[in-house]
Amino acid sequence: MNFTSLDLQLLNTCAALLLLVSFAMLSQRRIVSLVNLLALQGTLLCAATLLLAWRTGQHHLYLSAALTLALKVVGLPWLLHRLIRRLEVYWDTEPLINMPGAMLVGLVTVVFAFGLAQPIAELASTATRNAIGIAVAVILLAFITMITRRKAMSQVVGFLSMENGLFFGAMSATYGMPMVVELGVALDVLVAVLVLGIFFFQIREQFDSLDLHHLESLREDQ
Amino acid sequence: MSGLAWFTQLLEVLAAISLAPLFLGWVNQCRAWLQNRRAPSLLLPYRGIRKLFHKDAVLAEGASPLFRAAPYVVFGAMVAAAAIIPSMGTGLPFTTAADAIALVGLFATARVFMSLAAMDIGTAFGTLGARREMMVGFLAEPALLIVIFVASLLSATTALPLIAERLATQAPALYPSLAFTAVAFTMVLLAENARIPVDNPATHLELTMIHEAMLLEYSARHLALMEWAAALKLFNYACIGFALFVPWGASTGEPDPAALLLSMPVLVGKLAVAGVWLALLETVSAKLRVFRAPEFLATAFMFAVLGLLVHLLLGA
Amino acid sequence: MEPVLSPLDACLVLLTGWIVVGAAGMLRRGNVVFVARVLFPLGALIGVGLAVVAGWSLALPAERVTLLIGLPDLPFHLRLDPLSRTFLALLGAASAGVSIFAGGYFRKGQGTAPGVLGLQYHLFLASMGFVLLADDAYAFMVAWETMAVASYFLVTSQHGLPEIRSAGFLYLLIAHVGAIAILLSFGILQGGTWQFTFDAMRAAELSPTWAAAAFGLALFGFGAKAGLLPTHVWLPEAHPAAPSPVSALMSGVMLKTAVYGVLRVTFDLLGEPAWWWGLVPVVLGLATALFGVVFAAAQTDMKRLLAYSSIENIGVLFTGIGLAIVFHGVGMQALATLALVAVLYHAVNHAFMKSLLFLGTGAVLHATGERNLGRLGGLIHRMPWVAWLTLVGVLAISGLPPLNGFVSEWLLLQAFLFSHEVPHPFVNMLLPLGAAIVALAAALAAYVMVKFFGVVFLGQPREPGLAHAHDAGRLERLGLVWLALGCVLLGLFPAQVIDALGATTTQLIGSVPPQGASPWWMLAPLPDRQVSYAPLVLLAVIAVVLATTSVVVRRVYRRDVRRAPAWDCGFARVDARMQDTAEGFGQPIRHIFQGFFSMERELPSAFDRAPRYRVVVGDRIWRLVYEPLGGRVQRIADSLAWLQQGRISAYLTYSFVTLVTLLAVVL
Repeated sequence: MNFTSLDLQLLNTCAALLLLVSFAMLSQRRIVSLVNLLALQGTLLCAATLLLAWRTGQHHLYLSAALTLALKVVGLPWLLHRLIRRLEVYWDTEPLINMPGAMLVGLVTVVFAFGLAQPIAELASTATRNAIGIAVAVILLAFITMITRRKAMSQVVGFLSMENGLFFGAMSATYGMPMVVELGVALDVLVAVLVLGIFFFQIREQFDSLDLHHLESLREDQ
Repeated sequence: MSGLAWFTQLLEVLAAISLAPLFLGWVNQCRAWLQNRRAPSLLLPYRGIRKLFHKDAVLAEGASPLFRAAPYVVFGAMVAAAAIIPSMGTGLPFTTAADAIALVGLFATARVFMSLAAMDIGTAFGTLGARREMMVGFLAEPALLIVIFVASLLSATTALPLIAERLATQAPALYPSLAFTAVAFTMVLLAENARIPVDNPATHLELTMIHEAMLLEYSARHLALMEWAAALKLFNYACIGFALFVPWGASTGEPDPAALLLSMPVLVGKLAVAGVWLALLETVSAKLRVFRAPEFLATAFMFAVLGLLVHLLLGA
Repeated sequence: MEPVLSPLDACLVLLTGWIVVGAAGMLRRGNVVFVARVLFPLGALIGVGLAVVAGWSLALPAERVTLLIGLPDLPFHLRLDPLSRTFLALLGAASAGVSIFAGGYFRKGQGTAPGVLGLQYHLFLASMGFVLLADDAYAFMVAWETMAVASYFLVTSQHGLPEIRSAGFLYLLIAHVGAIAILLSFGILQGGTWQFTFDAMRAAELSPTWAAAAFGLALFGFGAKAGLLPTHVWLPEAHPAAPSPVSALMSGVMLKTAVYGVLRVTFDLLGEPAWWWGLVPVVLGLATALFGVVFAAAQTDMKRLLAYSSIENIGVLFTGIGLAIVFHGVGMQALATLALVAVLYHAVNHAFMKSLLFLGTGAVLHATGERNLGRLGGLIHRMPWVAWLTLVGVLAISGLPPLNGFVSEWLLLQAFLFSHEVPHPFVNMLLPLGAAIVALAAALAAYVMVKFFGVVFLGQPREPGLAHAHDAGRLERLGLVWLALGCVLLGLFPAQVIDALGATTTQLIGSVPPQGASPWWMLAPLPDRQVSYAPLVLLAVIAVVLATTSVVVRRVYRRDVRRAPAWDCGFARVDARMQDTAEGFGQPIRHIFQGFFSMERELPSAFDRAPRYRVVVGDRIWRLVYEPLGGRVQRIADSLAWLQQGRISAYLTYSFVTLVTLLAVVL
């Protein structure tokens, strides 16, 4: 497992680009672009996994790279695009906090994540440990993306982006999760998206919209 | 300092002054091609400047001496800025006179004088332009400074020629932080040079214009100097970009005639590519409403800060 | 040659001179000519003398003296060391310009009689001097309170107006809350020895908790005087109320005594500050800087605008202090020195720039009787001297090279640049972001200053009365020139200034800024980083380009200049009302920083026959902190009101009960 500095630089660049994509997702208003960004994030993840698999010689990583490619770059985005067309939701409404505000919150989150990751990174033994901070940041940013959106569709995209962050975190901390876990998670995600897709149709049938603030009216005390 | 270093210095300043309108013409030409228009001549900016110099100047009745002095100050600040930006060689005698922070200060000086001059006549357009220019400026300046900070952290100095030299001579490496700052820098460049998403250099539509609104009252040689200074600013920004992100090709270390000779076509090549890139960016993006401009620049600022954070985390 | 007087004696003589000059005014209390044209210039001369003595003796060792006067058995201790010399030089130099201007400024008029005003003014100056010299808590507090009271009377010199009285009250209130905190801080600092000389405090051993408490109290107390968030509210009220030379002194010099106080307590009396203390002033300072400059951009009264700009600069100063504490605490000595130098440099710079600007507004106020930016404009034609000299101050405070504001900003940014080397997680990530806020505040300061200068001096006059404005008189011009010259020289010779500040940094943190082998015209405070700045060279380059261009343009293209009506895209009926107002110019800031303000808008409907547009921009902190606090105090006071029976016997009973209780407790 010897890393040349170039490999590390490439991995770090991948990590940085992941973060960049996360920020782009935070600021993106169009749902179609959001899904495309998700696919891009998946691609980056796939590239990072491949690189890591090649350098560490851990064969299961090739498998998980293939899984990432199939599921996160092709499968899920295709599914989501189909849903978008069927449901005709192309735009999210104005997010709950305006864009600079969301970016500012995102920035604070990144500082928090990076600060948090510094001691963790010292515990990890992998060469990629510095990227743990970025993984944590991606997870938290996905959370903020979900919090600030109103449309159910964007929230699903946020959820998937969070999963990407977790995956990347596991990869940089311990060179990937055991294969069983990975397969399980992948299956879970796929099923979750399918179920959520069905939910979308139900929500829209009920409220004529995918705007989640309608769900507030389901509270019992009203 | 050797004579060659001084020669490089002089050459860079003269090249900046003389090539700046050409670069502007090149960007305009590329833009026209990309937009399926017939391209104006590459030399059009020169002809414009020449024409303006040959005219009688008309000054508004309420103009104070400040109004007449401002074009010279703005031009002077831009030339001084060109003197500290390493476009061909990094062994510049002025390296020690002003670093990148002073460079940002020089740009600010030019901006302040330009805005003050715009307010001098007291027309609606002038003050409008001044207000918007200062708005863009106060958002762009910190972003630019953080971009420079990241590069300074990578090279442990704030002197721009030294930054360029160290980045060019270090073992080639990928710096993720520089990727972020490159995005931020491009956005700042577009905003600061009155290019498309923020301002439109081609129209005089009062709802959108910023830079042109400030120049409305200028004529003849004063206008020529202002236009020239604007071209110089674009050129300077492009060269800052080269120094920070693609420093290879400039002659580094001790001045050396061969390297210097080689650096000239390299610079021209970089400028040609940058012009195409700029025209492409302007063509694919739409003009933002003035109140989206702060969002645009806030994004640039965030990218710069992210670059800083990524650098601090990854050390690269 | 041995000088006749030691520097400390000379300072004492000069400060006494101020008191004498002030007292002399009482001889002919109503005589404006005598007080203004004779006494104020004399005061200015004393100021120059003080600056010379303090500046010349900067690097000499500390000397001390015990005065015969003072409280019984508690003589006043005075001490002259490099720190106090630096600030004395600042006091003398800045006040010289202000005093000479004041000589031309005060005329026959309403309010306090000129003689009394002169007494208050010179007493104010002298008390600031004694604050800087004091070497025990008693002397310090006496001088500090004298300073507060003298400036209170100066602020309320137009006491006929109710808003000025309330501004004065607010000032006095916050000044005293601050003074109590300082007193408590001294109480902790003596560390159980009950000796209130500063020497005893230096020797006292404090537990870390008590030391932190003393630091916190001092920061709050001095911060209240300086206008640090959230005790900034008095500044924008008191500064416009005071006559302009007094505003200049308060903003330029008095705020710096608070900076002096923090430096004295932190680095001298407490000795070794813990690194994390510094985070408090950094955070507060950055918040104050941003807050101050954003509010400055929204102001419509030119003196309020400058007052908010002072808040911004105080924020920058405290940021620098905090940075110095952090660096010093973690042992990064070179950067600590750099930050400290930036603070001292900026203090001196701000004294010059802000005094200059306040005096400029004073001259405008005199010539036009207007403080409202909406009724000014075009004064560069009528008042060229004031306009061009103010322009120097405007460029300087905007942080533009090659003037002085840029140098201190540069130093501070350089210190920030390497703050990521602080070996503590989170802090090493957050501190570099502070540089972004400093840069933002500096860029916004330029915005504010363009608004200030552009609206007051440029454009068309917004009122017909402005056509009769007259330029400043000879003494006023002299004062402005003195301060503007200070701005230019401080900007052009930074290496010399920093050399001179070396003695002070040695005293405070034990190291000097290394100048290395760099030549005299170059500033290179961190030789191993290869950063340098040479304003003279920069200026020379710009000057050469300027000269060449103008010669070429004039020689080669000899073309005429003719005057015509403004073009304005062909619109012929341009009038003064079409220019941006001060509100209009501040609108983008109000829009972008909405969250900072509490705004009340009154918009006309489309059918109004006489449409009225009104917007009131308020301070959220005032609403969130001061109004509830004031309400609560009022309620408590109301509930205690029944004590006030109005009968003598009732009051005597209170005294009796108190006496009996005390006796019972004590005996």
